Order: sequence, then C-alpha cells, then structure tokens
Amino acid sequence: MLKTFPKGGVHPAEGKYSANSAIEVLPLPKQVSIPIAQHIGAPSKPVVTKGDKVKVGDKIAESTGFVSANIHSSVSGTVFKVDKVLDSTGYKRPCVIINVEGDEWHESIDKSTDLKKEISLTDKEIIHRINESGIVGLGGATFPSHVKLSVPDGKKIDVLIINGVECEPYLTSDHRLMLEKAEEMLVGIQILMKALGVNLALIGIENNKPDAIEHLEKLVKDYPGIEVHALKVQYPQGGEKQLIKALINREVPSGGLPLDVGAVVHNVGTAYAVYEAVQKNKPLFERVVTLTGKSVKKPSNFMVRIGTPVSYLIEAAGGLPEDTGKVINGGPMMGKALNALDVPVVKGASGILIMPAELSQRKKEVNCIRCAKCVSVCPQGLEPYLLNRLAQLEKNDKLETDGVMDCIECGSCAYTCPAGLPLLDYIRLGKSRVSQIIRSRKQ
Amino acid sequence: MSKLFISPSPHVYEDTTVKRLMFDVVIALLPALLFSVYFFGMGAIIVTLTAVVSCLAFEWLIQKYILKEEPSITDGSALVTGILLAFNVPTNLPIGIIIIGSLVAIGVGKMSFGGLGNNPFNPALVGRVFLLISFPVQMTSWPVPTGFSNSYTDAVTGATPLGVMKEGISAGEPVSAIMDKIPGHMELFYGHMGGSMGEIAALALLLGLGYMLFRKVIKIHIPLSIFLTIGVFTGILWLVNPESNADPIFHLLTGGVMLGAIFMATDYVTSPMSVKGMWIFGIGIGIITVAIRVFGAYPEGISFAILIMNAFVPLINMYVKPKRFGEEVKNG
Ligand code: SF4
Ligand code: SF4
Repeated sequence: MLKTFPKGGVHPAEGKYSANSAIEVLPLPKQVSIPIAQHIGAPSKPVVTKGDKVKVGDKIAESTGFVSANIHSSVSGTVFKVDKVLDSTGYKRPCVIINVEGDEWHESIDKSTDLKKEISLTDKEIIHRINESGIVGLGGATFPSHVKLSVPDGKKIDVLIINGVECEPYLTSDHRLMLEKAEEMLVGIQILMKALGVNLALIGIENNKPDAIEHLEKLVKDYPGIEVHALKVQYPQGGEKQLIKALINREVPSGGLPLDVGAVVHNVGTAYAVYEAVQKNKPLFERVVTLTGKSVKKPSNFMVRIGTPVSYLIEAAGGLPEDTGKVINGGPMMGKALNALDVPVVKGASGILIMPAELSQRKKEVNCIRCAKCVSVCPQGLEPYLLNRLAQLEKNDKLETDGVMDCIECGSCAYTCPAGLPLLDYIRLGKSRVSQIIRSRKQ
Repeated sequence: MSKLFISPSPHVYEDTTVKRLMFDVVIALLPALLFSVYFFGMGAIIVTLTAVVSCLAFEWLIQKYILKEEPSITDGSALVTGILLAFNVPTNLPIGIIIIGSLVAIGVGKMSFGGLGNNPFNPALVGRVFLLISFPVQMTSWPVPTGFSNSYTDAVTGATPLGVMKEGISAGEPVSAIMDKIPGHMELFYGHMGGSMGEIAALALLLGLGYMLFRKVIKIHIPLSIFLTIGVFTGILWLVNPESNADPIFHLLTGGVMLGAIFMATDYVTSPMSVKGMWIFGIGIGIITVAIRVFGAYPEGISFAILIMNAFVPLINMYVKPKRFGEEVKNG
C-alpha cells in the first residue's frame, strides 16, 4: 500500500500534457517587469532608478525585514522606470521595468554547468547566502526560505521534507526538474540538511511520476540520509500538513507550523534554487514554468527569467488557442485566473494553464442537498457546507469556533460539491474577516 | 479573442451533479422494482406510476403557482420520492389514496420547508406515515405475491411474515411453530412474501446498495450501523429466549428493514453530515426499530424509527463534528 494522508482528498483528472516536454530555455524578451513584492511578507525596496545599468543577478530591490526577500535583475540592460504595473494578482503594483540589452551576467556568478558536490559553506553562511539570493518557496507559497531555515530556540528539527508531489493537475515543472536536474537538486537538499543540522531528508513524490521516482531512487544511493518515497496520487498532498502526515505520520497542530512537529518542508524547485545560490552564487532570477492546457499547441516547460510577460510564453508554446476562456496562473485547483496576458512571471509561478471556454464556466448552482460530500473530502476535517453558510450569514464567532482558520483553501470542497456551490468563495471571505478580528484582538 | 473569464479557484469541478446522484438512486431502485412487478404484477406498475406522476405534478404545481419559483422537477428528487412512496405502500392501494399520499409527501414533507435540502423529514416517509394513520385498513391489507397477474385491487391479501410473527408471539405460540406458517429465510431473501411493494426483496435492495456504493452515491455507514444494531439487539433477545423471539436474520429480512436502511435512512437531506453522526443515527434507528417491534403496537417500526431519528439530525450535526486535522495532537 502506498502512503498518503488519511483524511479527505480528491482526485481530479491529471491532464499532465507537458510531462514529456523537456525544459527549454526561453529566449529573452525585449522588456521585463519585475514586481518588488513576489513573496509573503514585507515588499522589498527598489535600489535602482530610471536609467541605471544593470547586469543579470544585480540586486534591484532589497529585503525590508526578516520576512522579506531580495529581488535581483533577471536580465542585463537599462532600467526603463520603476512604476506600477498590472500583475498576476489583478492589481497594479510596483515593478522595476528593465529594457533588455544583451545578456551580461554579474561576474561572481559561476555560469558553468558542472555539478559541484562539495559543500564548503557553514550552516550560518548557507542561510545567509540563501537570504541574499532572494530564495522563496517555489511551490507557490513564496515564503522566504531563509525564515524556514532559521529554527527558533527551543524547537528541534529532525527531518527535512522535500515536496516533489506536484499534486496540482496539469503542472509538470517540478516533475521535469526532478528528471533533468536531479543531482543538482540532491546537492541542494544536502545543503538544506546542513543548514538545518538534520541527518534525514524524505522526498515525497506521487506515483503518477514513476520515471522521476525511479531516477531519484537510483541517485540517492550516493546521498546518505536522503530517501525517496512514492505516494498514492491524492490532492492536496502537496499541502505541507498533508505531506508531513503522509510521510512521517505526524500531525501539525491546528494553527501550528511544521516545526512544531520537528519538520521543515521545502519544494524540489527550491532545493534546486538553493543549489544554484550556494554552489554557483546565482541568485533567484529564473525558474521553470509549465505552459499547458487542453488546446495548447505545444505544451511546454520553460526556463523563464522572472519578469517575462506571460504572453511571451504563450507565443513560444504555439500561441493562444482559439477557444481560450480562462488563463490561470498556477494549477486548476489553487491557481488564480488572470485578467490580462502581459502580466509578468513571478517567483511563485509554477505554471500557466490555458483553459478552453467550455471548461471555464462554473457548474450551475442549486440548493445544498446536504450530501456531506464536502465534509468527506475536506483534508482538514472541516464542514465546508456549514462554513459556507456561516460566512454568508456573517456569523464570525461561529466561523472561528468551527475552524475556518484551519482551511488551507485547497478547493476540494467546491471541486466536489454536486450542487455546484462556490463554497470556497464564501469560506475565503469568512476567513479574511475572522483573521482581521483575530489580529485586532491581539493589538 | 473575447474577454477572459475570471473566477476564484478552484477552476475544475467533478462532473457529479445533483441530477446524476438522483438518477443513480433511481437506477439502484430498479432491481427491487422488477422483483415487485414479478411478484405483484400490474398492481406494482399502477402504484409506481401513480405515485411518480403525482409527486412530479405536485412539485411542479406548488413551485410554479404557490412558491412562484422556477420548477426544478428535472433534478430527479421528486422522481425518487415518488418511487420510494410507492415502495412503501401495498400494491393494491386505491389510486386516490396514493395521490393523497403524494400530495402530503411533496407538499407537507418537502415544499412546506422550502424544497429540496431544507426538509427535516424524509418526504416519502411523511407521506407513508400519514397514510398509515389515515387509512390503516387499506395500508395494512397486503396482497399475497402470486406471481405476475393482472389483478389489481381484487388481489388476494394476507398478513406479512412479521405480522404473523407478532400476532403469534402475543397469542403465546412458540416461535418454532409460527415459523412453519411463514416462508423460509431463502424465500424471504429474494422477496417471496406479502408486504409493501418495494420492501420485500432483500436481494434486489442489496444489489441497489452495491450499485450506490460503487457509484459513491452514499457511504456504507448508515445501512451498516442499522443492520448491525438490529442484528445484535434481536440476536441477544433470540439467544436469551428463542421461543418468544424471532432470529436476527428474520428481523433483518422482513418489515422493510432493507428498504429503510438502504434507501430511506440514507436520504442526504435528512441524515447527519459526519461519519460519527451517521453511526449515532443508524444505531438510534436500529434500537428504536427493535423496541417498536418487540414492545410496541406495530409489527414493523423502521419508518417511525427513521422519522424519529430525522428529528435528531440537527442536534447530531451541531454536536457531533468530524475530527479536525491537528485538533488533538498525537505524534508517532
Ligand atoms: S457538497 Fe455541496 S451539496 Fe453536498 S453538503 Fe456540501 S455544500 Fe451541500
Ligand atoms: S474547507 Fe478549506 S480545507 Fe476544507 S476542502 Fe474546502 S478549501 Fe479545502
């Protein structure tokens, strides 16, 4: 029996059309717009102005606190301006806009592709380097990585968990990375282990990627302490809490963090970025992005410089299909529908999904028939039908006691509801109201 | 290209709809319907058609002219109510009475509470119990299964096995003697006995259960907990005194337990939301059913048991919650 998390979960159609497309380096665009807020936490502060010359890897915006991250230029050229640009959130937000001229990298970056296995930095230096390099969680959460590696006093971490689950349908960027950059990723995992001072790292991969599992299982023999675990396909296994439960059967307490149960979770893409930052001195300015969809001519995985417009990727994959109804930044379960196609690719963008119009509409809504399907699929053990109703009635106290803050917004409830109710819309609304109340209570 | 469609996540949905679920229930009811037609002939067809047509008609009329809302009869729920009502009455019931039952089921049982999803009691059972109280004679004259015949209201009638048992026990006859007067367990299993139209064939009803489980329409918890409770409870009584109590298999195969546990108690709207709640609900139904059979006036009892437990569902939902992730930390 393959391991998985025990409670709830759904199994949407996988649609991994781009699974066999090797990672392609996307040619440089003419201009990039790099948002200064691409992570959870405080936005960073621009350190360049109009007219400045920058090289690839130059810092262009500086972290403004512990939970924040540096931003580096992904291209070489001239800063056109620092201005508000529509980004993938649907709002205009400050970006550094750079006109591309050539492709000149910062001198300190090691551009060679040789595998560098030996880790010379100390744990403190590693964390410092990761912080400097602007690395954030590349699975989509975009939480600054150095924060997760700085374990508070009194907490003991004994295992590093590497998320290679890629439970979102359609997306394949992590899958390709595990196949094509496996050794780099494993060294990256060793670096993370060193930073955390742990001797054990478990890589969780869902069983729909047998090639990645096999490939890594062969390689880990040379990497003591790293294990590969095949997991049963079940959404949302990539959720931190679900993955920890599936792999080591520990349950992160409600309102708690993985480190409360001695674990830290990083994504495979993050491990690769850590390798590049620590071994090659290369800050985070590019990432693998899947561009896919049912009608896309050439479903692809691109190595993309941060700030490249989404439309540029779409062109490279054969253009926008005729029947397009929706373009999603991320996967179909948790991604965000874009309202414009020239928005920039950001650090957290693991994929762009193009949905045909006939699949873009929501289900027709009817009355809740109290079938309890939403209850049985909720991985957090909540009662979505109830939270939905409480949120509509604005019963904030009840919402809180019924656990709305535990909702991980995985969307399993709305996915499954036969009555077509937009459960998560209201639950999200309730959650944001309750979190405001909790915040004001603390002050 | 036209404008991009924007909506919050998730962006994909399971293809299950309320309609599909309801039609799956109808499919699951078909084997039992076929058995009934085989055993009771024309009567089964007439009763089913009458109940179905009148339930659909009343739902449509009430929505259109009284509630003035878009009629939703195509969702299949009134169809299910109609078939279930038919399953719960004898096949020689006069058409007028069936129409009254349908009106009560749909009008009182469902629409007066705001339609599908808001009714606390199973509509078909509301209709059935109303008829049982208003027309006790017609509701308890069960045709004998004679095989397919064209006879309808002039069918030969007789008591149900459970009725024979109850009467015999209260007259002081030993169970072993009563058993000789009623069909054997195998016959009971495939439904060769008198009774309400759809309650007789355990075999067919279990097939329906299998289908619903396979299609993930319902979960096993409610039927299972009812079967186990009735089995254990009557089993104890039987072991203690086999001469004045029927055996558990007999109890499970007769008096609509199969129909009730598989199709009536599992009605989404009127059963609990959490697995723990489903067990409490099922155990409650089991206990009340046996209590009515052993101590009460009616020989069967599951209809009343379900309606009584329906009333507790809001309370169960309020206090019996699923276990939340990370609520009670046990690591290992
Ligand atoms: S899944 Fe939808 S219809 Fe079923 S109980 Fe939940 S909210 Fe109601
Ligand atoms: S309530 Fe939240 S955690 Fe539960 S299924 Fe819905 S979105 Fe996921």
